[in-house]
Amino acid sequence: MVPIQWYLWLSVIVFSIGVFGFLSRRNIIVIFMSIELMLNGVNISLVAFSHYLQDMRGQILVFFVIAVAAAEAAIGLAIIISLFRNKATAHVDDIDEMKG
Amino acid sequence: MPGKYIPSDYLPILIFLMVATAVGLGVLIAGSIFRLKRPYPEKLMPYESGNLPVGEPRYRFSVRFYIIAMLFVVFDVEAVFLYPWAVVFGSIGFYAFVEMMVFIVILVVGYVYAWKKEAFNWD
Amino acid sequence: MQSSYADVARIIPEIFLTSLALLLLMMELVTKKKEFIGFIGIIGVVITAYLTLITNPGRAFSDMFIVDGYSNFFKLIFYLNVILTILISIRYLKIEGVNLGEYYSLILFATLGMMIMASGTDLIVIYLGLELMALSTYVLAGFLRHEIRSNEAALKYFLLGAFSSAFLLYGIALTYGMTGTTNLKDIASYVTQHGIAKNPVFTLSMIMFIIAFGFKIAAAPFHMWAPDTYEGAPTSITAFMSVGPKAAGFAAMGRVFFDALGPIRLDWVAVIIPIAILTMAVGNIIAISQTNIKRMLAYSSIAHAGYALLGLIAGGSEGLSSMMNYLLIYAFMNVGAFAVIIMLRREGFKGEDIDDYSGLAKRHPLAAGLMLVFMFSLTGIPPTAGFVGKFYLFMSAIRAGYTGLVIVAVIFSAISAYFYLRIVMYMYMREPKAEVELSTSAPLGIALAITVAGVLILGVFPSIVIHLAKASLLG
Repeated sequence: MVPIQWYLWLSVIVFSIGVFGFLSRRNIIVIFMSIELMLNGVNISLVAFSHYLQDMRGQILVFFVIAVAAAEAAIGLAIIISLFRNKATAHVDDIDEMKG
Repeated sequence: MPGKYIPSDYLPILIFLMVATAVGLGVLIAGSIFRLKRPYPEKLMPYESGNLPVGEPRYRFSVRFYIIAMLFVVFDVEAVFLYPWAVVFGSIGFYAFVEMMVFIVILVVGYVYAWKKEAFNWD
Repeated sequence: MQSSYADVARIIPEIFLTSLALLLLMMELVTKKKEFIGFIGIIGVVITAYLTLITNPGRAFSDMFIVDGYSNFFKLIFYLNVILTILISIRYLKIEGVNLGEYYSLILFATLGMMIMASGTDLIVIYLGLELMALSTYVLAGFLRHEIRSNEAALKYFLLGAFSSAFLLYGIALTYGMTGTTNLKDIASYVTQHGIAKNPVFTLSMIMFIIAFGFKIAAAPFHMWAPDTYEGAPTSITAFMSVGPKAAGFAAMGRVFFDALGPIRLDWVAVIIPIAILTMAVGNIIAISQTNIKRMLAYSSIAHAGYALLGLIAGGSEGLSSMMNYLLIYAFMNVGAFAVIIMLRREGFKGEDIDDYSGLAKRHPLAAGLMLVFMFSLTGIPPTAGFVGKFYLFMSAIRAGYTGLVIVAVIFSAISAYFYLRIVMYMYMREPKAEVELSTSAPLGIALAITVAGVLILGVFPSIVIHLAKASLLG
């Protein structure tokens, strides 16, 4: 038997890896992947809750999250490509036209 | 039964996975311990079916690949919504049909836009 | 569970706006006159506003969507914002060389997302509205494709926006796991019935919501994307972003925090009070040292989010209505200020440095006069609307017993006078440095007329909007 806590811990771990990657990595693509990791961490807990509660809402939300993540990926890549065309870098430290 | 799911059917797979990992790692480790190590330049070269390697292994792909990939990702994932719709279609009926047609029309508008902007044009 | 046609009747404005945005996208493919697309957009938004007013209030789609005074008032702000943005964009896009029809379509999609956020009574719906708004705005922020500052603005906005929406989702997941529902009202009733208000997991999900919405309204310490994004984005989009997504964030925040997290109101107020103080401090103090006017207004926009948070803290119909009133007034004065900034932009000249405003009053007294009104209003000097907005906000907070907080807000408000009036000082006290030509156009003139009229009329007759806001909360 796999208790729900295990899934939730897995979800917390995946989400935390994503947060850590977002904060510590310097390559835009890797930062981007970290965000996807965070979303998938959330998805794990949503599906676990959905199964545990025997309620469909969680799984429906996961569908939407996946679809939104796909759109987000498309837009994110488009932004990265247009940045890359103007300035050939994928390193966040090089993107410092404006100081903030 | 919530929370009472016991995946006993997957036990053979788990055992298989463990055995496969052990064998794979064991062979590699044993090989690295016992084999002779006599490197020379030809041997260290990347293997490309007997030909001499040409150029860098990491060259840049055309940006067109990304556009196609992006379109694929978006349209492919949107199609996911068709499956749950198909499951409940019988119980909802005409209303569900209209809703899905609206959804598809919106997708088609996006498709026409991408088409006219020549996102599918390879040259 | 099945949706009925009565449900569909409640989302007619949204359906209309969706069709309009799709139509504009198709028009972009066939028409060469892009400003025509913009005009169609304005007409369509006016029709949408009319449809919103005639829609029957009530709940729809198994209690996922609501049409009430609260949502309609926010939708009014969004329509005003989108119309003003289109008006100030028409000439500006030509100057920037990105006169494309997609721009108008994306603005409408972003507005649609905001409407869904204001009307959603289910966390799933609010999440989807927020993403629709955010995804469209990311693209708009990077609309000047060949300008690296715009790319950078879009990238920073995108990365931090996606990061924050992951937090929102985690908050939703935890709330769902605790209560078994995503409906705002059901969450609140479950929490009171089962006494899980003090459960640490529920508190954690509350903090996740605060982080996520804090990013959207650019409250400190979640504001770090705002200055760069506001500076790099096209100026018209900066105006759009500083009003629309912020108001939508407040709309969703009001719903989530009062409807769903109502039982733990004291807990979240205790977290938001320091955030509000920090937001006002960061916004007003850092704005002093800025030399780029867009960046300065970015910090000012952060500060104004701090003021508006007072309304949320005060709560009740008084606090919420003063917050709504303030956001509407903010739409007028902020878009107005950006309209003046856009006027200074012409081919080969950015007009974004505060120095560029030196002696503007001598050469272009009308433009300088308008900027004066907007700066006075942003400071909160009577008889402008900004004063009225702040007055109602502070009064509601005092009545709710947060006198100390209001004193802090007034002090920061006084500090803000320094950097707003510095612009006025530059315009009136300094000698003109370079030749500043204005790029005026009829739509821009209309936008300025609407905004300045709004600022002055609401300043002189303050009771109009506050009564409307209060009535919309009650009825």
